[in-house]
Order: sequence, then C-alpha cells, then structure tokens
Amino acid sequence: MLKRFRYHIAVFFSVIGPGFVTAMVDNDAGGIYTYSQAGARWGYLPLWTLLPITVLLIVTQEMCSRMGAVTGKGLSDLIREEFGLRATFLMMAALVVTNLTNVMANFAGIASSLELFHVSRYISVPLGAAAVWLLVVKGTYQSVEKVFLFACALYVCYIVSGILVEPNWTQAAMYSVRPVLMLDTAYITIVIGLVGTSIAPWMQFYLQAAVVEKGVTAKEYAESRIEVVVGCIAMTVIAFFIIVACAGAIWKTSPRDVTDAADAALGLRPFGNYAYLLFAAGLFNASLFAACIQPLSTAYTVCEGLGFESGVNRRFREAPIFYWLFTLLIVAGAGVVLLPNLPLIKVILLSQVVNGMLLPFVLIFMILLVNKKGLMGEWVNSRTYNIVAWLAVAILVGMTVALVAISLRDFLAR
Amino acid sequence: MAENLLFLTELVGLRVCDTRGRRIGRVRDAALVPLVDAVRVDRYLVGGGWAWLTVRHDQVRSISLDGIYLRDELLTPYHSDEYMLRLVRDLLDQQIIDVSGRKVVRVTDVTFGVAQEDSHDVLKVREVDIGLRAIFRRLLQGVLPRRLVRSLQQPIPPNSIRWEFCNIVEADPQRRLQLNISHTMLEKLHPADLADIVEELGPEDREAIMSTIDSEVAADTLSEVDPKMQARILESLDAEKAADIVEEMAPDEAADALAELEEETSEEILEEMETEPKTEVRELLEFEEDTAGGLMNTEYVHLHENATVADAVAALKGNEELLESLNTLFLIDAGGGLVGAVPLARLFVSSGPALLKGLSSEPLIKVPVEETQKRVIELFDKYNLLTLPVVDEEGRLAGVITADDIISALRQK
Repeated sequence: MLKRFRYHIAVFFSVIGPGFVTAMVDNDAGGIYTYSQAGARWGYLPLWTLLPITVLLIVTQEMCSRMGAVTGKGLSDLIREEFGLRATFLMMAALVVTNLTNVMANFAGIASSLELFHVSRYISVPLGAAAVWLLVVKGTYQSVEKVFLFACALYVCYIVSGILVEPNWTQAAMYSVRPVLMLDTAYITIVIGLVGTSIAPWMQFYLQAAVVEKGVTAKEYAESRIEVVVGCIAMTVIAFFIIVACAGAIWKTSPRDVTDAADAALGLRPFGNYAYLLFAAGLFNASLFAACIQPLSTAYTVCEGLGFESGVNRRFREAPIFYWLFTLLIVAGAGVVLLPNLPLIKVILLSQVVNGMLLPFVLIFMILLVNKKGLMGEWVNSRTYNIVAWLAVAILVGMTVALVAISLRDFLAR
Repeated sequence: MAENLLFLTELVGLRVCDTRGRRIGRVRDAALVPLVDAVRVDRYLVGGGWAWLTVRHDQVRSISLDGIYLRDELLTPYHSDEYMLRLVRDLLDQQIIDVSGRKVVRVTDVTFGVAQEDSHDVLKVREVDIGLRAIFRRLLQGVLPRRLVRSLQQPIPPNSIRWEFCNIVEADPQRRLQLNISHTMLEKLHPADLADIVEELGPEDREAIMSTIDSEVAADTLSEVDPKMQARILESLDAEKAADIVEEMAPDEAADALAELEEETSEEILEEMETEPKTEVRELLEFEEDTAGGLMNTEYVHLHENATVADAVAALKGNEELLESLNTLFLIDAGGGLVGAVPLARLFVSSGPALLKGLSSEPLIKVPVEETQKRVIELFDKYNLLTLPVVDEEGRLAGVITADDIISALRQK
C-alpha cells in the first residue's frame, strides 16, 4: 500500500512542470496589467470572476494535456494530421503574429519593471533578449526546466507584496464569492478583459507539447491532471493577490486607471518599499519568463506543424528554421520596444486583439480533436464533459470576441 | 525529365476524361495496393456527380498535367477496401520513418514518375516530399495554375526521401499485414538511431514497432532509450513480449529498466522470463540503484588463477556474444575470491603457456557491492578505469562495472 502510494508520489513529481509552467506564464506582463487595472479601478468587486475563470482554464487545459498524454503528439501535429496543411499553415502564421505581439508586450514589461530600478531600457532589453536566447539555445532540457520551475516559485513575490499592503481581507473574501454585475461599460470591459487574458492560444500549444516532451502517458495521466488543476489554481491565486494588492493600495486611496503594470507598482509605494519592490520584481520575473517561453513555444509549434526539424537538443545546422524563427521572434519582440515614442499600451491592446481572433479557432479545433475516437479511443470527452467543454468554449469565444471589439475601439481611439 | 514527374498535389483535382474527351470528374485520391505492387498507383478515385468512381490503372490511356484520359470507361463505384493504401487519406500529412535519414518525418507531398506499361501511362511512386518546396507547392495548388506553380517553386531546394526508404507506421497489426508493411528495414538501423525514432513517435506507434521487431533488436534499442521511456514501453507491451526483450538485454540494464516499473508489472514480466536470466536480474534488482551493486552487470569472463593465456583464448571462444565490449578478464581462486584482473590487450603480446597471473594489473582495484555511486565514479576517474570488479562480503566476484555504466550514470545526474 505504502509502496503504491510512494509510486504515485514519484509519478506526480515526474509529471510536474507542464501544467505549472503554462499556468504561471499565463500571468505575463499583459495579464498583470489587466489584474492591476481591475484592482486599482474597481477594488475588490471583480474578484468573483476568478472562480469561473479557474473552471474555464481547467476545462481547456485538461483537454490539451489529455490529448498530449494519449496521442503523444503536439496540438499542431494533430491539427496537421486531421485538418491538413492549409489549415495548419494559416493557424501557424496567425500564431506567429499573435505571439510576436505577446513577446513585445513582455519585453515592454521587462523594460518598464527595470526602469523602476533605474535601469535604462536600452540596457535591460538587449541584455534580457540575450539572456533568453542563450538560456534556451545553450541550456539543456533539464537545466532549462529547473530555471523555469524556479521562475514559477518567484511568483510568490506577488503573494508577499499583497500581504504587505494589508488589504481588507474580509472584503476580499466576500467579493471572491459574491458576483457583482453592473451595467457600466468600463466595468464590463474589465470583466471581459480578465476572462480574455486568462486564456491565450499559445498556452494550448505549449501545454500539449510540454506534456508530450515530458513523456507523460495515458497511464500516468491521473497525476498529470492533478498537476494541471493545481497549476490553474496557483495561477488564479497569484491573480487574486495582484488584484488585492492594487485594491488595498491604489483603489483604497483613490480609484484610478493605471497606465501599465509598472505604474501599479508605483502605486504600492506608500505601503512600504518592500511591497513596491516585490511587485516590480514580480513583474520583471513574469515578463522575462514569458519572453523565454513564448518564442520557444512558437518555434516548436510551427516547426512541428509544418514538419521541420525542431528542438533545443538539435544543433543549429540540424534545425535551422526552428532556431531562426526563435531568434527572429526575440530580436523583433525586443527591437520594437526600443523604438522611441512607442505607445506601449497600443502594443498590449494589439496583442489582445490578435490573441482573441485566433483563440476561437484553436479552441474549436481542440474540442473537435479531443472527440475523435480514432485518436483518443476511450479517452474522448464524456457527454456531460462535452456539454461543459462546449459551454466553456462558447463563453470564452464570446468573451474574447467582445474583448477584440473593445480593444479595437480603444486601439483606434488612441 | 521534369515532364515525366507528377506530384500528388497536382494529381488531386486533375480532371478525368472518357474516351471521347468528355469530363467525368476530378481525381480525389489515388491508392496503391502494396501486396500487388509496392510503387504503382493501382486505382484512382474519381469524384463526379454524387458518388466516387474507381479507375483501375489499366483503364487509363494517358496522364499529364492536362488531365487523365481513359481508354476504358466501364468504371465501378468506389468502395472501401482494406488492402488499399490511399495516398491522400493514409499518407499525406502523416508521420513516416525515413530509414536513410534515420528520423521521423511528416509527408507533405508525393512525387510520381509517369511511366509506360503496355502502352498506357501509369504512375509510380518515387519519392516522398518534405520541406519548404513541397509546402509552397501545396499551399498554392488550386490557387495558381499547375504549370505556374511548378516554375515558381524552382528556386526552392527540394527535400525528398526515396520511396524505398520510407517506412509507414501503422499501429493496427491486421492493417499492417494488409498493407504489406514490415519493420525489417528498421532492424538494420543502429539501435541508438532506432531508439531516437521510437522516442519521437506517439505511444501507439512506439508499441507497434517494439512489439513487431526482433526481440534482440528491440532489446538493444530499449537499452538506448532513457530509463523513464523504457519503463513506459515495457508497460505498454504484453508481459510475454516484454519478457522476451528483457531476456536479451544485459542483466544490469534489464534490472534498471524493471526497477523503474511498478512492482506488479515488473513481477509479471519476470514471471514470463526464462530461469537463468531471471535469477540474474532478480539478484541485481536487490541492490540499491545508486550503489556499486546497482551499477554492475553480471556478464563477465572469469578464469582460475592458475590459468594460462591459451586457456583464456579458449574461454573467449566460448563467450563470443560478450566480445564486442569485453576488455578485462578476471582471475578467481578456488573459493571464488577475486585475485586479479587481466587487461585483454596483454594477451596479444604473450605466448600461449604464460600464466595469466603474471599479466594482471597492479594494484587490483575493486569495490564492495554497497559502495556508493559517487565513490565508484571517483575511482573510475582517478585510475582511468575501463572496468571495475565488484565483490561481495566474502570477497567473491559479484559483478563488473564498465565505463559505459559510468557514462550513463553521469548523464542521468
């Protein structure tokens, strides 16, 4: 009995990584900005959205990791095999554009967080880009994964920062379970924004590929599922603390809009240097982390889907397209941030628009694939699960379409 | 030359005309019947009106970019047939194994050669296309005229695999027989290359390959994949096949692989094994993984302390399966105690009647079974060892650690 238990624990630790990393990277510069904005402008009111967001996230992520474990193939592989080259190509092209804007947003996050530490962006961004490139190209799979897991641990910054601000915990707890609906355009926008940023196309590709890379099989899937669920919960816990920190600091004194995540960090300053520094450090960590994962995941996904050699364990000469794509995403993503007078907020809005346009297709392909008996065998969705999944997809698609509309409006208005 | 080629993407959508040149429909798919002919397109599936029709290869007169013209128009409706490999459905966009390049690739297009057979045109599969050129061609097909696409693709270097080096992966054993797919080509690959390929495939295909290739090759391959994957592969096979494979592995590697499994599964596999390898593996399984006992294997050649060079040569002749990686002989006394180690190369510079004792290395370095892995690695480094004998409490030779075990141990850190 004990031996069995030990075996399951060992299996759990052997599958840890994919779900956690995906969920954590989800809280990237764009996400942190949205959470800060929610807390700074509306205080504790939007906290209730986190619970349904967690459910939506778990439902979609679970399907991806299940597909990875059962088929042993990435999402782009499966799309290619089942829907052909043209669909794959269009999707990959859209993914590259989407992820490029994400990478930009994250390099912008690196720049603004380090400017709080008085480091010029002309130093921080090139150094960050070089570090990301070297880590992935020169590191081994094991060492890279360790760095990633360490980066995951650093998200604790936000929890500590949230506690240091000493928010009103009773209110926070209360509004976490009490839905507040208001017919106020700005409020509806932020609710949609929270749902929209919580799930992005790249995550589905990354998670499934990571599960495959990890070698998780259907037999170990029970443990892998727990890991995915725990990861999703951890992600919302971090989001909770970010919202609460901004609510406790900025909203309590004077509710306002924040211009970016670094601006939110500044708002925490009156509550002690530690709260402020930790918030800024957290932003730096999250941005750098996402700037690592997103180009890597894009290069992987595209090469797999189109049948080019890929993987960091191959040499440059063996997988040229993989490395070029990876390098290009970093150089372009970092380069744009260095352009003078770049309207940063526009970059973030743009990235939300493109993400939102791609997401419905990814989700619909996913749910079609996960229901193919030929692929999944006995692991297809059950009828009840399918109802939940389609509902989740419908809500997400609806919300993202709304977010696209709102972001487009703001984008054009600025 | 270029005119004699046709690509699958061009074939699909090509119009099919009857004897009087009237259009019947367009090509939807083409099928080989591998049991009859491994390269010739046997049937063209033509969509026209409501149902698909089947055109047999001998009903065709000519094939070119302008269309397929028939010489016999008694066509039958299409019905599914298990012996057919449908190129669009079963091959395009799927993974296959490139035996010459030793890797898994994804099919983007297929190149046919147009040949004459009894004065009518037939298509023979030449190559499977991967890479940029084929992607370009496929994306533009149907958007631009076929001839224009051909000339536009010229600057892009082609990337193709000859059809005879393509190994289709099919998980269903019955369908494998129907399509005449064998894995014999894979057995000729180096086990380390085959291991890479197997690791890259999905679990179903992996299992299909491991369970059909020769047990000996499977064992060599399994030894090369990483330990976690070994466990997953063994779990997926039925116990009898897994036992066959494990029997063929070196006992230390077999023990390592089994140690990764859940006890129930490894017990099941052990039950199926023959007695001799089973006892060896069981003994090794008793040792902790990161001790000398866990590192060692029990395949070694030992001789009596008073043996001569001639005896040694005779002993080697009886142990030919070990020769490839053997580099040391061990001398034991009447009680089984280890008394010396003779580097193999010294035999060549000595005469037959010479005593082995005189050739042994000094000092004799050995470790007890419970010695830690760390210490063992230090010894290998310090004395530049290739082999290190391991002894039990009574000083008897229990097994041997070789340099490759040390390399694996270091890599897994």
